[in-house]
Amino acid sequence: MDVVGIPKPGQVSGRVSALHPKWYAMMAAPIAELTIDREPATGTTACTARCTGLWTVHGIAELEGGIEALPWPRDGETVIDAAGISALDTSGAWLLHRTARMLAAQGRAVRIDGLRPEFDSLLQLIASRRVAPEAAVPPAPPGVLASVGRKAWADVLNVTGFLAFAGESFTALLRSILQPRRIRWRAILHNIESAGFEALPITGLLSFLMGIVIAYQGADQLQRFGANIFVADLVGIAMLRELSPLLTAIIVAGRSGSAYTAQIGTMKVTEEIDALRTVGVGPQELLVLPKMLALIVALPLLTVYTDVTGVLGGMLMARSQLGISFEVFFERLDAAIEMSTYLTGLCKAPIFAMIIALVGCYRGFETAGGADSVGRQTTISVVQSIFLVIVTDAVFSIVFNLLDL
Amino acid sequence: MPERPAAADLVVEINGLSTRFGKAVVHENVSLSVRRGEIFALVGGSGCGKSTLLREVILLQAPAGGSIRVFGREVVGMSDEQALPLRRRWGVVFERGALFSSLTVTENVGMVLHEHTRLSPRLIDEIAAVKIALTGLPADAGPKYPNELSGGMRKRASLARALALDPELLFLDEPTAGLDPLSATGIDELVRSLRDALGLTIMMVTHDLDLLWRAADRVAVLGDGHILGVGTMTELSHLDDPLIHEYFYGPRGRAAREQAWKQKSTSPS
Repeated sequence: MDVVGIPKPGQVSGRVSALHPKWYAMMAAPIAELTIDREPATGTTACTARCTGLWTVHGIAELEGGIEALPWPRDGETVIDAAGISALDTSGAWLLHRTARMLAAQGRAVRIDGLRPEFDSLLQLIASRRVAPEAAVPPAPPGVLASVGRKAWADVLNVTGFLAFAGESFTALLRSILQPRRIRWRAILHNIESAGFEALPITGLLSFLMGIVIAYQGADQLQRFGANIFVADLVGIAMLRELSPLLTAIIVAGRSGSAYTAQIGTMKVTEEIDALRTVGVGPQELLVLPKMLALIVALPLLTVYTDVTGVLGGMLMARSQLGISFEVFFERLDAAIEMSTYLTGLCKAPIFAMIIALVGCYRGFETAGGADSVGRQTTISVVQSIFLVIVTDAVFSIVFNLLDL
Repeated sequence: MPERPAAADLVVEINGLSTRFGKAVVHENVSLSVRRGEIFALVGGSGCGKSTLLREVILLQAPAGGSIRVFGREVVGMSDEQALPLRRRWGVVFERGALFSSLTVTENVGMVLHEHTRLSPRLIDEIAAVKIALTGLPADAGPKYPNELSGGMRKRASLARALALDPELLFLDEPTAGLDPLSATGIDELVRSLRDALGLTIMMVTHDLDLLWRAADRVAVLGDGHILGVGTMTELSHLDDPLIHEYFYGPRGRAAREQAWKQKSTSPS
């Protein structure tokens, strides 16, 4: 039977696409083929299936799908004539073995003939290994109610886990205060530098721009009432009381909170956290406390700095848009801003710092598995700390309102 | 010295290779060749540049000078695109396995097949299961994630991935590092049996003297940036170079050698 050309019924051929011509050109005929010869007339004669070509991982691509659809005879003996196989690797051997097994399972007698001795030993090797049965069907996805329940329960566990972690961190903090020798000053200073000092350019710039935007938007409205001078009240109160602490906390959560999660998460994956425990160093003490204390120092300082840059931005805008000179602006600012305005803004910063450090570290410790998990936890860390910072800010607003501050 | 084999039988040829990191010289004029079908081992003290040499052969790092030919093709200065056909003909097992942690063992093996062949997902899963079985992993290891496996199993899973495309050449970086003696012995046998069954050529970097005595056909000793000696373990153990001597006649070296002799005398062949 002719094997070349358009596949006829009873013949399947696999032809490999020329992804990399150089590579395929190195092979004589980069295809595996299987042809069924129907012996004429006499029903007793065995049916022969002829295998030819390269039965390799690249050669069998198109052959495999068609094998089961071939017109195999219903019963009787099937001889697989493998003499024409010019190359066989483990993948090809598996396909050959699978084909023979399929035929045998359908009640036919199967014999593989003419295989070269070196290929035969490979086929024996494949046949001798107990290959895992086909992958179990994945369990059906849970129903809506079940998945809502699971999600809610996971959230409850998350909250309790976070509270437990915060508790552990504070007991570690108390221990450190009782034994000040154990406070890691060097780590704290290093963290102040990386989370605070190195964040000066970006926080300063963004707050400066925010000041400009507020003054610009306000100028338009105030001009209509001839209340130009109140731009100082607007910028001063908005920046000092709300925007500057919030903006700074959000930037630090994105910059440093994510870094904390990634660092601790990677240490968890590489078992460094376990190593710390075994040498008797509490991971809380070495990893969490320095970060938390450093942020508690750095974030208020950053907030004061962004207060200044924010007001500077507003002042510049007031002069160019409303013609208010710096002296007049300062005079008005002095009258408009009370000490309490400044302090209500500033006192939020240490709380935000604690939230960012605790969430960042907690998410790091929640990492399990590998690189994938580090990425996922880092995402959660940033989202949660920004969320919590804003929620806390809202709570502060309500409390200050009740206290008439 | 045995007669030089024909060039076609040399799978890896390294000529006059030199490597520098800044001013530090790692290799100076290193020449080596790996013949088809042999298990070739590269040994040497820590930090002597064994792994660097291996990384240069598999195109992960560029040498400062010299030539490396794999399957007769010069790989120094080769682009990624040119290297692809070669990369499909070799498999690499990294020292720490380097399994993709977000994929199961079966997916780790199957990923290579999905990437480079057009086989159906079902056949790919089956072929992955065959490879996993070939490396001696239990069948239930397939659906597990790498972090659920022990160190020895991870090495085997990594080997299964390296074998995914049925390579002709296999590179092993410290195949027994970090394994207990029992698992390490298992790896020795696995390396030999895979070479025999699949006709592989294997180039490995190792510290493990037991593995060298049991599995390696030829060994090259690297030290001070040079090749100090190449030959079978028996040949090397008779050389006078002080560094080689120290390597083979240190307390661990002696124990491994005695063990190897004992095995040779008791084995039927």
